[in-house]
Amino acid sequence: MATKNKLVQWTPAEVKEELLKKYPPKVARKRAASILINEALSNTTPEIQANVRTIPGIITMRGCTYAGCKGVIMGPTRDIVNIVHGPIGCSFYAWLTRRNQTDAGESGENYMTYTFSTDMQDSDIIFGGEKKLKAAVQEAYDLFHPKGICIFATCPVGLIGDDIHAVAREMKAKFGDCNVFAFSCEGYKGVSQSAGHHIANNQVFRHLVGTEDKEKEGDYKINLLGEYNIGGDGFEIDRILKLCGITNIATFSGNSTYNQFATAHKADLSCVMCHRSINYVADMLETKYGIPWIKVNFIGAEATAKSLRKIGQYFGDKALIDRIEAVIAQEMLEVKKVLDDVKPRTEGKTAMLFVGGSRAHHYMELFGELGMKTLSTGYEFGHRDDYEGRAVIPTLKVDADSRNIEEIEVEADPVAYKPRKSAEELKSLEEAGYTFKEYDGLIPDMDKGTLIIDDLNQYEAEKLVELIKPDIFCAGIKEKYSIQKLGIPLKQLHSYDYGGPYAGFKGAVNFYKEIDRLVNSKVWSYMKAPWQENPELSATYVWE
Amino acid sequence: MLLRHTPKEVTERSALVINPAKTCQPIGAMYAALGIHGCLPHSHGSQGCCAYHRSALTKHYKEPVSAATSSFTEGASVFGGQANLLQAIDNIFTVYEPEVIAVHTTCLSETIGDDIKQIRDKADKQGSIPKGKHVIYCNTPSYVGSHVTGFSNMVKGMTEVSESTGKKNGKVNVIPGWVEPSDMEELKRLAALMNVPITLFPDTSGILNGPLSGEFKMFPEGGVTMKELKEAGDAIGTLALGEWCSADAARNLDAKCKVPCRVLDMPFGLKATDRFVDSLRTIAGTSVPEEITRERGQLVDMISDTHQYYYHKKVALFGDPDQLISMVEFLVSIDMWPVHVVTGTPGAKFEKRIKELTAHLPFEVNVKAAGDMFLLHQWIKNEPVDLLIGNTYGKYIARDEDIPFLRWGFPILDRVGHQYFPTVGYKGGLRLLEKILGLILDRKDRDDSESVFELTL
Repeated sequence: MATKNKLVQWTPAEVKEELLKKYPPKVARKRAASILINEALSNTTPEIQANVRTIPGIITMRGCTYAGCKGVIMGPTRDIVNIVHGPIGCSFYAWLTRRNQTDAGESGENYMTYTFSTDMQDSDIIFGGEKKLKAAVQEAYDLFHPKGICIFATCPVGLIGDDIHAVAREMKAKFGDCNVFAFSCEGYKGVSQSAGHHIANNQVFRHLVGTEDKEKEGDYKINLLGEYNIGGDGFEIDRILKLCGITNIATFSGNSTYNQFATAHKADLSCVMCHRSINYVADMLETKYGIPWIKVNFIGAEATAKSLRKIGQYFGDKALIDRIEAVIAQEMLEVKKVLDDVKPRTEGKTAMLFVGGSRAHHYMELFGELGMKTLSTGYEFGHRDDYEGRAVIPTLKVDADSRNIEEIEVEADPVAYKPRKSAEELKSLEEAGYTFKEYDGLIPDMDKGTLIIDDLNQYEAEKLVELIKPDIFCAGIKEKYSIQKLGIPLKQLHSYDYGGPYAGFKGAVNFYKEIDRLVNSKVWSYMKAPWQENPELSATYVWE
Repeated sequence: MLLRHTPKEVTERSALVINPAKTCQPIGAMYAALGIHGCLPHSHGSQGCCAYHRSALTKHYKEPVSAATSSFTEGASVFGGQANLLQAIDNIFTVYEPEVIAVHTTCLSETIGDDIKQIRDKADKQGSIPKGKHVIYCNTPSYVGSHVTGFSNMVKGMTEVSESTGKKNGKVNVIPGWVEPSDMEELKRLAALMNVPITLFPDTSGILNGPLSGEFKMFPEGGVTMKELKEAGDAIGTLALGEWCSADAARNLDAKCKVPCRVLDMPFGLKATDRFVDSLRTIAGTSVPEEITRERGQLVDMISDTHQYYYHKKVALFGDPDQLISMVEFLVSIDMWPVHVVTGTPGAKFEKRIKELTAHLPFEVNVKAAGDMFLLHQWIKNEPVDLLIGNTYGKYIARDEDIPFLRWGFPILDRVGHQYFPTVGYKGGLRLLEKILGLILDRKDRDDSESVFELTL
């Protein structure tokens, strides 16, 4: 395979220089701050520029605020009717395209297979679209009688000044039995999808969380935050939690329901998967209801075991801890069997991961289990705390783009606030090494001299592959085929290439097999035809 | 049931579109622009538009789709996107080095009122457009028409570069409309067989059905060149395939460069292909070679061999107007019965055309322009069909109602083949029939009792 011959070993500094070489000076300066050569500093983590504007004309991986709000966060909520207020495209592109698997459950309510739009026309842009929006909400209510209707603003809505929140209030009051609320998630806000996650979560917290006061049955009640059930990840995590006897009150927001959000305040612990998209909700749940939170990671068998143990230790109940150990022991049998088979074929191979706001970090675990080294990584829409850890949060500056993304002020709820642990209990947990609300970010887990690159673009991706030639590159659908044309397999870590689940124990097994398939596929050896390999005719065939 | 909340009873909706049979203008403009050699499409708006369009096109073609965006922020949305576009043009020519940037607008930049021509001229004045390179553009407000309108607008934008020297060059312009790269290849093959020199635009063959060879070329070999587009003004005539996709560009060439045009239906099926071949023959003044006549005969042969399985089978279709018109004509020509026809693209002419094509049938066809798939599903619940034809989104209806389903249209997200095997022309007709027949007979084989199960069909 010609592509695997590393003729030149580039140093990280040389690679960085190569990536920047072709840019106009202004672009080069800006991109330089987003490309970090990792150093092992003694007490601090090196700083990287992140969550800044995309450069016009530079082919980015990023999407928009609407995509983060409607597509990512609210998309997987199956029993809410999500109406997109805007021209038809925004609704069309977010229709069934995120692979959030859904089980319609006992209620049978599932609107995931539908997409709803006001399909704004030029007359709506000129004269305003509120009237049409109201009519659309009414028609949705009449047809489906859902528990909730959500309204999403697209770019022109903010510009023409439709008051979607007033429409929502009016319709909610009119219906009486249907919660209607809206999201000002115009695509031009913020600098990436991340702003949309924030806008979505704020509104869910404000309008939905804690609105039902019914006690939930079950032991060891947790919320799972930032798990979107791509390819059935959430189903696998739920399977494991159930085996352990842990009750998942609400998943934010894979296969979620209205009722799960409404009773999320009944949980006793919040477990945060995707730090980027939802850490602030965990904070708000703690401040308002007294639910502590921990960072977990169910990507990777070892990480899953570690996360389960962390949950067990929090509740501190021996029966639970023993049961968790029994589940881990049982599940690891199959994991080990497959890993023993696969690892000799993956060990020593290399990967690059450029995806999401947490996944690039999480999936390093799985590659580590396969004995593969992550050579370079970065997020599409991460912030500095996702790279450098939560310690930098107080120092993050508010800029023109983040200023308009609302931060809600939350106070302890006079009725519902209830500390889950006494001060002494918390202290003794922490003294035993237990860490709440802690996330050290991606950088400390990367080797010295590796490249960490925020908002990697098409040009840089191609260059990286050309220069460093990893055995596998992980990104999304837009990047997939340009990388594969170079003869390097690309694993989609947004949509999993229509496979999965990759979370939990069964997910780890699926991932091992998938990466084995990809990095060892024969297809990458078929690039050249025989006559291209040996173009010179040395002899002509003699017919017998 | 996947679409369990869809009631059988049809109620009037004035504001809410559910499960659309269309998307917005810019993606059509992006697809069209990919059919120019060395072109980087550029979306002037928020970066989400570009991300969505690239994703949708990539999933459909399983090929790289490169396109750039002005990445509007809130500031740009208030003060206008001129600075963003100027910077983008500069960056694109420096980093990606295309021959041409094809800018289309979005609902955002249209609502603000950005004047693309003025911004382009400014970029030119300040030296951001290298000598010999081009920036073309079209306006694609997402709140007017559909993806088909956007495609048409970009193709019309291409004809803005055409010039008339006053001397005809003997070539025929063929505007294929929104068809697959494989279809464009097939049209070129037919024209070559007839010895007619054509300029096909746009032409995505070679661009969105490329090989895997260890090399990535952002600008592959295919596509109509800017030189060819310029010379299109000297053509002896233009054949525009599809009123919705192609007519505006052809008429613009007529008005601008006095190139006479004929607007034909897209050549899907026997009769529409007949008209295409016959028109090309008469415009170019050549004769049709035996090879094409033989291909036609093969299609007629297959219709006669398998007619019994199509006869009076009911079909529901959704998709884009130009494609549906030709498909309905084809279905009627083989005695299938199109009973429900929906396009999301607005236009009263569409309903009229479908009604004309089905006027002689013993029932009144349900047809709606600016309809949606929710309505189509309701119609199917009220009058079941034997076959559903449309893009991948139809699989949810097909599964719920247990209907054989032919994937045809845009987007196809769960099958391959459309990149490589045409459905235009006589060869394409054979492929359509093979697919339809396969679906009908697979169903028969599944449902027949053991006692009547047949070896030979």
